Amino acid sequence: MAPQDLLIEYLPILIFMIIALGISGAMVLGSILVARQKPDPEKNSAYECGFDAFGDARNKFDVRFYLVTLLFIIFDLEIAFLFPWAISLKGIGVFGFWSMVVFLGVLTVGFIYEWKKGALEWE
Amino acid sequence: MMAFDLVPLFPELFLAVTGMAHLIIGVWRGNHSTHFIFWASAATYVAAALILMGVSWGDAIVLNGMFKFDNFAGFMKLIILLGLLASAALSVKYLDDEGVSRFEYPVLMTFAGIGMMLMVSANNLLALYMALELQSLSLYVLAAFRRGSLQSAEAGVKYFSLGALSSGMILFGISLIYGYTGTLDYGTLSATLLPMQSIPVGITFGLVFLLAGLAFKISAVPFHMWTPDVYQGAPTSVTAFFAIVPKIAAMGLIMRLLFEPFAPVSGQWDQIVWFLSAASMMVGAFAAIVQENIKRLLAYSSIGNMGYALIGIAAVSSTGAGAVVLYLLIYLIMTSGVFAVVLSMRRNGKAVENISDLAGLSQTQPMLAYTMAILMFSMSGIPPMAGFFGKLVIFQAAVDAQMYVLAVLGVVTSVVAAYYYLRIIKVMFFDTPAPAFDGALPFARRAVLTLSVVFVLGFVLRPSLAIVIAKNAAGALFAG
Repeated sequence: MAPQDLLIEYLPILIFMIIALGISGAMVLGSILVARQKPDPEKNSAYECGFDAFGDARNKFDVRFYLVTLLFIIFDLEIAFLFPWAISLKGIGVFGFWSMVVFLGVLTVGFIYEWKKGALEWE
Repeated sequence: MMAFDLVPLFPELFLAVTGMAHLIIGVWRGNHSTHFIFWASAATYVAAALILMGVSWGDAIVLNGMFKFDNFAGFMKLIILLGLLASAALSVKYLDDEGVSRFEYPVLMTFAGIGMMLMVSANNLLALYMALELQSLSLYVLAAFRRGSLQSAEAGVKYFSLGALSSGMILFGISLIYGYTGTLDYGTLSATLLPMQSIPVGITFGLVFLLAGLAFKISAVPFHMWTPDVYQGAPTSVTAFFAIVPKIAAMGLIMRLLFEPFAPVSGQWDQIVWFLSAASMMVGAFAAIVQENIKRLLAYSSIGNMGYALIGIAAVSSTGAGAVVLYLLIYLIMTSGVFAVVLSMRRNGKAVENISDLAGLSQTQPMLAYTMAILMFSMSGIPPMAGFFGKLVIFQAAVDAQMYVLAVLGVVTSVVAAYYYLRIIKVMFFDTPAPAFDGALPFARRAVLTLSVVFVLGFVLRPSLAIVIAKNAAGALFAG
């Protein structure tokens, strides 16, 4: 396969990116142009995470947030693997099933470690 | 040819399963079990080496082409396991003395070891990256293992941020190579590159980025800046581990990468390797002269040594590759011995790291001084020690490939380097004695030191044995 043919295969992704940029740009611009703007402190405050989005990055906060985030990433990844696995289980058969079981087993070892180490306790 | 053949990976699988078992045992029994886990890990490395020798050493493709097992991979894995065993033996007592004896240490070493063993048998750019990261992530944690110490934390952060940068460069290079060739598999890659009349500039770019990222990992100049700081800041047993094993795995990885998939485009990379080699040798020799801290000195020494090893790669020949393998083996054994001495530099229960602390060691601890002197003679390449033969085969390969400039540069820089190795001997034998070091060496450290010195001295009796084995191992890279 010549290099050019290979790049052509990626054309849909480029088109997809352009469409995505167009739609999201239209949404942002549209809300600025059309909607009524009545900001108040409550509306301007950061949503859910509790940190000021435009402040100095170097403020103090509890290192345990990091720990929780790291633990979260593990299970986030697990879900990202589990969904396609569950859907295509028919196609990948016994081999696919046991591959995932091994993966979950490794993950469980890590989970036991963090549990026993007390990483899940807030205090 | 493609097959899901797991058997050649049994040593790694065994290490992975036992490593996880050690983690669970450790977390259940707490830090009291550190000693047990250390010795269990050491036993695991021996068992993995036995399993490795048990599997068939013929060429085999593993996991549908992700990994490849051949003579080269087998021999490099054996060297890596040897290095792991040596650094585990060196670490136990030191961690006790420093009060950082935690059970995660040997487990992290095991996981790093799995990564390194996979690195030398990677047969796909993705497998390469995954193995490299498994190794690096374990090493980042080890560098910052003494959490309470500012220096150790600094070493960990510095190593992590520069390591992440180099990983980024490697990934960028891989993506360029994939974009221009449409494949990540080593075999397909070389088949794609072979018929090309002119090499697209994108492939050259990708190769440059890939090599730059890997040069970080072996700390070749100009990508060496992290090495002295990390070597100095990390706990000394971790420094020993860093100096002994990961470099060897990264060199094995680079050799397979350059001699297998990128062999058809050797014109694109031999200049890069040439420059890395020449610059590393010079910086390693000249920058080490002014060092007062022995860990920093050894960091520059390892930079220089990687420069010598790279000569063998720049020669692009099977003789050169064999010379690199032999050089790495000798380097590993010498460095283990040197660090056994450095780890014993303790005064009043505290580790001391300056070269001046070694003053008059010949009067306070003559045995230690004489073994260190033998190792230093070997490091500087004075016959009949093993280090001389390592350099000899490397320079021979360079002359065979008509790379006279590199060979001359190598000889000149090893003369310069001899100055700082011999200076340590001078300090030990002729300076006014400093107060004596604490106590005797623990058994494991003494064993490593003795074996290392015996190898260094005994190599001259049967030099052809190791040279032939190394050459056969490297020959596998040029078979296909």
